[in-house]
Amino acid sequence: MTWESVIGLEVHVQLATRSKIFSGASSAFGAEPNSQACPVDLGLPGVLPVLNEEAVRMAVKFGLAIGAEVNAYSVFDRKNYFYPDLPKGYQISQFEQPIVGRGELIVHTEDGPPKTIGITRAHLEEDAGKSVHDAYAGLTGIDLNRTGTPLLEVVSDPDLRTAAEAAAYFRQLHTLVRYLKICDGNLAQGSMRCDANVSIRRMGESELGVRSEIKNINSFRFVEMAINYEIERQIELLESGGTVERDTRLYDAERNETRSMRSKELSNDYRYFPDPDLLPVEIDDAFIDAVAASMPELPEAKLNRYVTELDLSDYDAGWLTQDPDAAGYFEAVHAVSGNPKLSANWVMGELSAALNRAELDIAQSPLSAEKPGRLLQRIEDGTVSGKIAKGIFETLWQQGGEVDAIIAAEGLEQVTDTGAIQSLIDEIIAANPDQVAQFQAGKDKVFGFFVGQVMKASKGKANPQQVNELLRDALKH
Amino acid sequence: MHADSSLIELANGLKNRTFSSLELTNAYLSAIDESQDELNAFITVTADIARAQAKAADERLAAGDAPALCGVPLAYKDIFCTEGVATTCGSRMLENFIAPYTATAIARLNDAGAVMLGKTNLDEFAMGSSNENSYFGSVANPWDPSRVPGGSSGGSACAVAAGLAPAALGTDTGGSIRQPAAFCGVSGLKPTYGRVSRYGMVAFASSLDQGGVFARGAADIAMVLGHMAGFDPRDSTSADQTDDWLTACRSQPPSAASQGRIGIPKQYFVDLGVTDASMQNACRTLEAAGFTLVDVSVPHVDAAIACYYIIAGAEASTNLSRYDGVRFGHRCEDPQSLDDLYRRSRSEGFGAEVKRRILTGTYALSVGYYDAYYLKAQKIRRLIQQDFLDAFADVDLIIAPTTPDVAFKRGDLVDDPVAMYQQDIYTIPASLAGLPAMSIPCGQHQGLPLGMQLIGPHFAERTLLETAAAFQQLTDFHQLRPEPTA
Amino acid sequence: MADIDIQHLANLSQLDLKSAEIAMVRQDLDRIIAMVDQMQAVDTENVKPLAHPLDARQRLRQDEVTEEVDRDLYQRGAPATEDGLYLVPRVVE
Repeated sequence: MTWESVIGLEVHVQLATRSKIFSGASSAFGAEPNSQACPVDLGLPGVLPVLNEEAVRMAVKFGLAIGAEVNAYSVFDRKNYFYPDLPKGYQISQFEQPIVGRGELIVHTEDGPPKTIGITRAHLEEDAGKSVHDAYAGLTGIDLNRTGTPLLEVVSDPDLRTAAEAAAYFRQLHTLVRYLKICDGNLAQGSMRCDANVSIRRMGESELGVRSEIKNINSFRFVEMAINYEIERQIELLESGGTVERDTRLYDAERNETRSMRSKELSNDYRYFPDPDLLPVEIDDAFIDAVAASMPELPEAKLNRYVTELDLSDYDAGWLTQDPDAAGYFEAVHAVSGNPKLSANWVMGELSAALNRAELDIAQSPLSAEKPGRLLQRIEDGTVSGKIAKGIFETLWQQGGEVDAIIAAEGLEQVTDTGAIQSLIDEIIAANPDQVAQFQAGKDKVFGFFVGQVMKASKGKANPQQVNELLRDALKH
Repeated sequence: MHADSSLIELANGLKNRTFSSLELTNAYLSAIDESQDELNAFITVTADIARAQAKAADERLAAGDAPALCGVPLAYKDIFCTEGVATTCGSRMLENFIAPYTATAIARLNDAGAVMLGKTNLDEFAMGSSNENSYFGSVANPWDPSRVPGGSSGGSACAVAAGLAPAALGTDTGGSIRQPAAFCGVSGLKPTYGRVSRYGMVAFASSLDQGGVFARGAADIAMVLGHMAGFDPRDSTSADQTDDWLTACRSQPPSAASQGRIGIPKQYFVDLGVTDASMQNACRTLEAAGFTLVDVSVPHVDAAIACYYIIAGAEASTNLSRYDGVRFGHRCEDPQSLDDLYRRSRSEGFGAEVKRRILTGTYALSVGYYDAYYLKAQKIRRLIQQDFLDAFADVDLIIAPTTPDVAFKRGDLVDDPVAMYQQDIYTIPASLAGLPAMSIPCGQHQGLPLGMQLIGPHFAERTLLETAAAFQQLTDFHQLRPEPTA
Repeated sequence: MADIDIQHLANLSQLDLKSAEIAMVRQDLDRIIAMVDQMQAVDTENVKPLAHPLDARQRLRQDEVTEEVDRDLYQRGAPATEDGLYLVPRVVE
């Protein structure tokens, strides 16, 4: 029995506006409980919502980026249910007439060609508050700061077929929203959350199986693990003669399993209807055009450009373009160094390692891109060797300073003067007659010893290529 | 002392320093105090605040150049949020709710120097037509205390009629200003939808609610409306409409119109019964004043009541979901679980009428019924609006009775919701269409007041007020007072 | 009108009803159905619903922080709070 898993993701993207979607309270993260919940957010008697222009702009930006129809006319609806983190007893969302229609996203997985995943729609809605469950005996504490933060809910077609694909899609979406600067992408803070709809069917069948929904996953890894678990669970169920029930589940990362949530939500009839406190949203071509004019180079286009114009490998291009900060940093380094491959290597290698050790994001790099750029330029123009450059990099990282100043202060210029190198070689050869004899007798490995000695004598500054050439010559005789 | 004076007269008296705002305010406070046992028009009397505001107003008046409304005492339906003062909406649910902010409409009146006498009684959450649905007791009609004042703005209508305030604010969703105005023999205006900000006006039915004014006559209403009305960025449904004429009404009464075409909807002028004589007289008066009466037709009004109850019920059912005992308002004792908290708090906090409306509203929106009920009602709503707009192509305004009869006896309709709904038969269509509409006294039947309704095109308050002014120049129904009750 | 599950409506609305209230609600719903039949009789083919009387469009607000939150003031009448959080009976997910 071959099973096929069918997966769709609903991703909630918290839009990086300054204020809430329907009120003028701040939407910044991490404030004291309820210190950013104004009367509108609290749903006090008599308050009314007014729509944030930037949230609309960000939604349109997203729509354009996925090649979607941006709907000139859209409506906000009330989604009615009771929960303590939902002060009004309804969430303002968009039901039948969302702001963004059909689009698509190209997803790169580790194995296999890029896959186009359809996006059904994306709509604006308000976020709910947060619950604190374990702080008070028998009670739950409610913090409504997050209430009213704008969300863009992006709904994919059920085009994903594996957990890995789903994780890659989530990652790609994460990259895109960061490029567009519509979301800070901070998963730990809940800036993006994902619900996964998973179902199973026999390979070849066209009808969808009964699906279960895993809610609120907020890491790439957990998306993959949760979906894999759920696929397994459903397959086992069906193979043992059972049926899959339509339900809502939570992923428990500690136990690596999904658990059914209390079935309250299922019996809910949300009674969607247009919110009478808001009017239909109409955006004109001028609005859309202005947003289009502000679009950055998108990740897919950038990746292609790196491969075709800068001759980077697919892997390198993929690595660098995944994070807009990395791409930006790389491009700034390249602008100074002039060598894309070298720049890529150093960003992906030395810099990345140093950042990891210091637990910093590239945006927090203590080195501005211009510095590694300058360093690589000095490798390019032969001023220093690659090896010496690594040392300079360490110095820059630990102590700061300027590349050229360090080279000068520590006398690190590569020695390229043939005569100088020749003298060193002559000295070493004269001082090591035994090894000379061994080499001339056929022990090629001894060559390395001579190279090492010359480099040591030159304090690492001799140009390795020249050392190699001159040494070979010298040892022939 | 000043119970017989119109708001305009009082404003002038204050400006001319004939009396002070403090004197005036104290006079009203006394009258209110004496009336409470019998009439129960007020839920909260804000005596200290009123006196403080009056003193500040007197200083401003002495300095000169104060707005015309400065120092004038007003009463506000207890559905408007007033900072630092209880805002109960006539409900146990909000019995102890002290609003942390002030409704825009009232804030504007405060800026103009008005004095707040108190918060008037109302049907709970504005749901009702008799003011018998208040947690704080029913309100009596000052013309006959065994009768209702109308609702839901019963307290405000009563207050003006009984001389407890020269003007009062109300809200009108399906007739809640106009019907009590008619029952109490005062003038009452529901402005165009979007004319007055709804921010801070606790929502009943969002696409129908409008804040408005009760007073003796058109000029009084115009002055208050002139200060209250206007675009509010906090209300998405607020109309971005500046009306110089209305702004001028802050200090200048509307002139009486002397001509115009008035539509007589044939659907309304059948079987008038009790209202027949007064409507006929009113028609003749208007003709004498220079107006031309023209037959018009608004064929879809028959479906108006059904349409209204679906829409209002649906919107209200969700507007009231925020009352859950979590952040403010009534909470049950010792909740055992979240569900228990919600159900008991809400069931204890809401009265029977409110609960019924929530349930019927929930039904109208529930799965399977949305198209047949809510969507259908919104389509009929457009047809009704179109009827009026078509009529307005030919006439400047439309008149109709405000109510089918005089104020009914307390307790008569409590068990008959359908008969209660029928009270709003003339008033509902203007609400659905968002049109400005006003009730002015036009006669009496067995000593009890009757009202005539004027309905205008969107933003044509000027037409209504100038026509009312003309009518009130030629009649004195609006000057009649109930006998002071022993 | 045995069809309408009033208990279900009460659940959706988070209301408890006494049996007398249920009877009244059932009556109300009967009347609503009757009224709705009246509505059905009206021809609304090709008529667009009128959600707002003025048929206007939503105004957009500038993205600025304009609210200063006075938490103490807003929580003054709150039934139960601790450390600035609103307290409710433990919610199990």
